Amino acid sequence: MSHLFQLKGRVVVPGVVSAQALVSTEPISGWGGVDPRTGTIVETRHPLRGQSFAGKVLVFPGAKGSSGWSAQFHTARVMGMAPAAWLFNLMCTKVALGTVVSHAPAMTDFDQDPLLLIQTGDWVHVDAVQGLVTVTRN
Amino acid sequence: MSIKLTDEEEAMRDGRDGAAVAKAMDLLIRYGNALGAADFVETRNVCGTVTATTPFMRDFAMAKGGFDGVFSEFNLDTADVVEVPQVRAKSYHLQLGFDPNHPKEMGVSEETVQFYRRSEAVVKRMGVNMINTCTPYQVGNLPAFGEHCAWMESSAVVYANSVLGARTNTEGRESTSAAMLTCRIPRWGLHLDEHRRGQLGVKIECPPQTNQDWGLLGYWMGHWVQNQVAVLEGVSHQPDLASLKHFGAAASSSGGVELFHLVGVTPEAPSWEKAFNGNPVGEVRVYDAQARAETLDKLNGQTQNTHVDYVMLGCPHYNLAQMQKALELLDGRRISDACALWIFTPHDIKTQADAQGLTAQLEKAGVKILTNSCSAMSRAVPEGTRVVALDSAKQAHYLPAILGVQAWFGTTAQCIDAACTGVWRPA
Repeated sequence: MSHLFQLKGRVVVPGVVSAQALVSTEPISGWGGVDPRTGTIVETRHPLRGQSFAGKVLVFPGAKGSSGWSAQFHTARVMGMAPAAWLFNLMCTKVALGTVVSHAPAMTDFDQDPLLLIQTGDWVHVDAVQGLVTVTRN
Repeated sequence: MSIKLTDEEEAMRDGRDGAAVAKAMDLLIRYGNALGAADFVETRNVCGTVTATTPFMRDFAMAKGGFDGVFSEFNLDTADVVEVPQVRAKSYHLQLGFDPNHPKEMGVSEETVQFYRRSEAVVKRMGVNMINTCTPYQVGNLPAFGEHCAWMESSAVVYANSVLGARTNTEGRESTSAAMLTCRIPRWGLHLDEHRRGQLGVKIECPPQTNQDWGLLGYWMGHWVQNQVAVLEGVSHQPDLASLKHFGAAASSSGGVELFHLVGVTPEAPSWEKAFNGNPVGEVRVYDAQARAETLDKLNGQTQNTHVDYVMLGCPHYNLAQMQKALELLDGRRISDACALWIFTPHDIKTQADAQGLTAQLEKAGVKILTNSCSAMSRAVPEGTRVVALDSAKQAHYLPAILGVQAWFGTTAQCIDAACTGVWRPA
């Protein structure tokens, strides 16, 4: 039995995509936090250290750390290692610019907390035109 | 709701000033809409990163139209190759990916240096001032109180906002380049009065004395407050530039701190009440000796090997006073054969240190003075380095993740002592 639910939010970067979720309960660091060549998290004390976000719907609280955030995910996109989509709670300039230059659909300001509802491995359809996220869990 | 444009901004977007300016405006509009900004603010003070220093960018340039291709993709976010024009804003270059004057130490090939030199020549022709530092405020770009800026480099942003009272968000490579060409940045976040007021409070019961203490307080605070504006009260003495620089750099590494208010010290905090300026006072936490000890354990807890191979000072870039202090702490000793000590500083300060005779004295003791970069940026450490000692919480946060080395974070005196003995000793 698969279980289906939806979240509504504000469009940050328009676009539509479906992919598997990777959920980070901790904020993500760009420069010094990820390796854009492999699309993995490398921050020493990060719970997802060593995991790949490439092609995933990255669900996370927000961005932290260096202003190299956008440049790291920009490079990841050029190398084909960027997330497929971004769902996050806390807006800041790093995450706004980083998601814009990743060219991947992005949303924030949800009616329900995506960190509480979405689990790693869920199948997520991001409609960042209508502002609708549909989650399927098997 | 789309961001509101003036006639001037529409004209830039529509290509009146050429393709690069149009692409820059297009990026800023997409970025402004992502933020949900109402409109743009004018800025004439921009600090960003324009040059290309990585082999990846060199390969990209070979394939896609030279430096114009690199600038178009990595600075303006467009696959269309546009010609790089003159900047309009007063523009300054931040630190580089390596020190081009020391390719051997940096582990970069002559070919990479040549590629960098070519991009540097283009960037100079654009009118960007090549100060090449994470601390523009130490070498002549000191924004006025209230001045709207577009800066990247988190440690510089938090200094500009908090210590100088200038107004900037943490911009990135693409937004600063677009701002250089258009003199525009989204009016959002710290450009607005209401976002500069305190939200959370810190009562300091363990007042920082050394730069290490300031780093620990900053690291602790950043981890807690993340992106929020904290008001701190309870320092025992007037901190100097180096202390505030270390504090902000640490806070912006463990969290996303872009502005803090230190009561009685920073310009928007003449009092606790004024720093909150009508905002409800959110949670207030106490910073005590236990919080300090826990933070030190967080930074040093994973390090066991007391045999130190490399000591790096200059994160953020050292100034003249800090180099003089390093010389005093050396106190006639030489750097151990088992260890290396590198100090990173802007080339402008290196020139002053040269003239002062300071460089020669430090080099005589075995210190290497490098410029324009740092080990985290360049991924460069002396060959065979496994254990490093640092007087910067920021560098201690990043280096183990970037290079897989073990790091000790301590006072400058402890670091210098480790450089002279090759051994890390508890304070």
